Amino acid sequence: MRLKLVPQDTNIEFFRHWKVTFGASAVAMVLSIAAFLVMGLNFGIDFRGGTSIRTEAQAPVDIAAYRGAIADLGFGDVAITEVFDPAFASDRNVAMVRIQAQEGVEAITPEQIGAVRDALQAVDPSLSFAAVDSVGPKVSGELIQSAVISVVLALAAVLFYIWLRFEWQFSVGAVAALVHDVVLTIGVFSLLQIRFDLAIIAALLTIVGYSLNDTVVVFDRVRENLIKFKKRPMKEVLNLSINDTLSRTVMTSVTTLLALISLFVLGGDVIRGFVFAMIWGVIVGTYSSVFVASAVLLRLGVKRDWSKNSGDSAGTQFGVKEG
Amino acid sequence: MLQIPMWKRILIWSTCALALLFAMPNLFYDRVERHNDAVVALDTGQSGAALDADKAAWPAFLPGFLVNLGLDLRGGAHLLAEVRVSDVYADRIDGMWPAVRDRLASERETVGAVRRMPSDDAGELRVRVANAATIEQAAGYVRELAQPTESLGGFGAARDLDVRIDGEDIVVTLSEAERAATDERTMRLSLEIIRRRVDEAGTREPTIQRQGADRILIQVPGIGSAEELKALIGTTARLTFHSVVRVTSDPDEVPGPRNVIYPSMDEPGTYYVVDQTPVVTGDQLVDAQPGMDQNNRPAVNFRFNPAGGRAFGLYTAENIGNPFAIVLDSEVVSAPVIQSHIAGGSGIITGRFTVEETSRLAVLLRSGALPAEMDFLEERTVGPELGQDSIDAGKIAAIVAMIAVLGFMLASYGVFGIIANIALVLNVSMIFALLSLIGATLTLPGIAGIVLTIGMAVDATVLIFERIREEMRTAKGPARAIELGYEKALSAILDANITTFITALILFAMGSGPVRGFAVTLGLGILTSVFTALMVTRLMMVIYFERRRPKTLAI
Repeated sequence: MRLKLVPQDTNIEFFRHWKVTFGASAVAMVLSIAAFLVMGLNFGIDFRGGTSIRTEAQAPVDIAAYRGAIADLGFGDVAITEVFDPAFASDRNVAMVRIQAQEGVEAITPEQIGAVRDALQAVDPSLSFAAVDSVGPKVSGELIQSAVISVVLALAAVLFYIWLRFEWQFSVGAVAALVHDVVLTIGVFSLLQIRFDLAIIAALLTIVGYSLNDTVVVFDRVRENLIKFKKRPMKEVLNLSINDTLSRTVMTSVTTLLALISLFVLGGDVIRGFVFAMIWGVIVGTYSSVFVASAVLLRLGVKRDWSKNSGDSAGTQFGVKEG
Repeated sequence: MLQIPMWKRILIWSTCALALLFAMPNLFYDRVERHNDAVVALDTGQSGAALDADKAAWPAFLPGFLVNLGLDLRGGAHLLAEVRVSDVYADRIDGMWPAVRDRLASERETVGAVRRMPSDDAGELRVRVANAATIEQAAGYVRELAQPTESLGGFGAARDLDVRIDGEDIVVTLSEAERAATDERTMRLSLEIIRRRVDEAGTREPTIQRQGADRILIQVPGIGSAEELKALIGTTARLTFHSVVRVTSDPDEVPGPRNVIYPSMDEPGTYYVVDQTPVVTGDQLVDAQPGMDQNNRPAVNFRFNPAGGRAFGLYTAENIGNPFAIVLDSEVVSAPVIQSHIAGGSGIITGRFTVEETSRLAVLLRSGALPAEMDFLEERTVGPELGQDSIDAGKIAAIVAMIAVLGFMLASYGVFGIIANIALVLNVSMIFALLSLIGATLTLPGIAGIVLTIGMAVDATVLIFERIREEMRTAKGPARAIELGYEKALSAILDANITTFITALILFAMGSGPVRGFAVTLGLGILTSVFTALMVTRLMMVIYFERRRPKTLAI
């Protein structure tokens, strides 16, 4: 018995409800932007500056007691959250203590760290610091800048590449899908207030890469089918192409999700946010390559006479000789 | 038409075999690491049964390249320091005052009394001469003190001092070229001092890198915390000048009362018995620069602050012809013979030096104290247990992900699933082989990148299989279907992977630390997965086809 997630021949009409799916995407994007504007992102110290300390103790975490101990030190805004992971034994209680950036110093001084350690050890003598990260305002400013630049650069580079290899309509469709994915991911991070740090930027760019991967596979088939079926309407060609590649789309999404989910469950709490972003991105990216990228392509239309003036057209294909 | 020439087959299989061979040491990480450490230790002249045993733990004919573990996996401290390079200008210019004073004092008859004027800018020296009419002349004398600027690789035409006249004052500042050269020296010096100090702590494989114009990145695996590292870097190494009592080759010689015995830094077996009380200490040294003596031989110029200069002047006047020892951290850097009375707080150390040696000596002489203060912009500490937890969790997640994907592929494609799975295992081996060979650093996000690759790597293979499945419906026979499948999937595979590779490149270029580690594994994963999909699975398909000659493909 062979496992088949997608039947051999499918003929799903992906664009029958395009107004609904397109509208849903638009609404989701608006909601994401609204969430971002209203709730903001829970920026980690990479972008905000400040110090985060990962504490480990044998006794259960008592957030109020921790807070009380640190409050006397006069560090201003202190955020304490408990970290849970199924892998932790019962005598392993982890918390994250976040201290805002201090006036006058970039990174936290050894004396300040010592003071926090002494204060917390007075609460729980078994407590130790598993990790300390401190980022000064100067560096965090630069990190924000380079993060934004890298996302924009990635989008621009991709726009350019697709334009080079296909036609500008494809390029617009692909980038619309990417923007959709990035916005929805930021929306989810804002809504759930998951910590947004440097690694999430890496996840965002990976989502861009993955979503693009999916979109390009569909587009590649669209390009091929446009040459093959010169007379058929655009909508049919798009539908056919998506159906042709559907089995592959599902296969790849499933294998990727299998890998990511095992990482999410077993990979430890340190990278859970990062993996969550990627899982979300794979789902949204798969959706968007069909319902956003292709839908945009359908709206924009595309030049059909590929066989003629091939020197004229920007698109070229690897492997397949034109002529 | 399904044919692959023999040379190509051999090439593909040997690539795979090499990948397995070079990835394998990572399975025995501890053992190989101990072997590598032991080899290094034995090379540097250490010996011992334990080292020999460690060396024997891994056969020498096998490759011993390992993936470097990032700080987040090994545990350790990471510091980003910014050096206040401009602090040095003030010290340098302040140190010029005695020389300027002495030079003008020697022309007292023309220029009159010399006074130092207060200045708002610490980076300039303001001097006023009593006889204002001779200010031009006085400025000329001061200009004579300017030395050629030392730039990379030699001495340029530029001078190190700018001397201008501002109203009644002569203003001395460092020239633009000298400032640039000073910045460069400050950074080199800071790096050198930090490196020496971190090395002293004996930790393994520290990374001490310059970043940008005025930053230093320090990563020390295995150290307990960033505070410890800060304390280490903040500790001042001790530099002292002593009178030499005698030179000996016996390290156990009794030095006598109020004397101490120090080994020589460069000449093994030479020991100096020196006066316990230093004549001057490094705290009083304000500058040391490589230069030339009057015979154009490489030498080191140095300058003390006024108190140190006086003490040194008195001592040298009384001890012409005797050696004195320059001692750093209880080792004698050099023991030059005093040639003449050294007044004015500055002097020159000559010897059989090369230019490199004088540069180094100047660095050493000044490395008693960091040339400028440092601000720590970023610090990160990961405890070794947390790192180990991350490795363990990553390992388990990767294994489970691997088994899940292998099982899923087998269930979906049967025999061809086995081909895809062999390709996947080879793919992961290749990633590890490449990471080990190029000495890349594996970080926690890097592990995530590998796990992600496990999921995504089958994509290219899936594209091909799905295409073959499609072509089976229309094409004449399985051979043609396989051929068409590879041919037609190629365009999609390349486009899809090039775009992802572009994002990996951008991540690599813009990212830092762990994120960069992720970009490396992602990028390598794309390269290897394209190779395995296009070459390895194809070869296996062809071999399968040649053996079985199936009428139809159960794909």
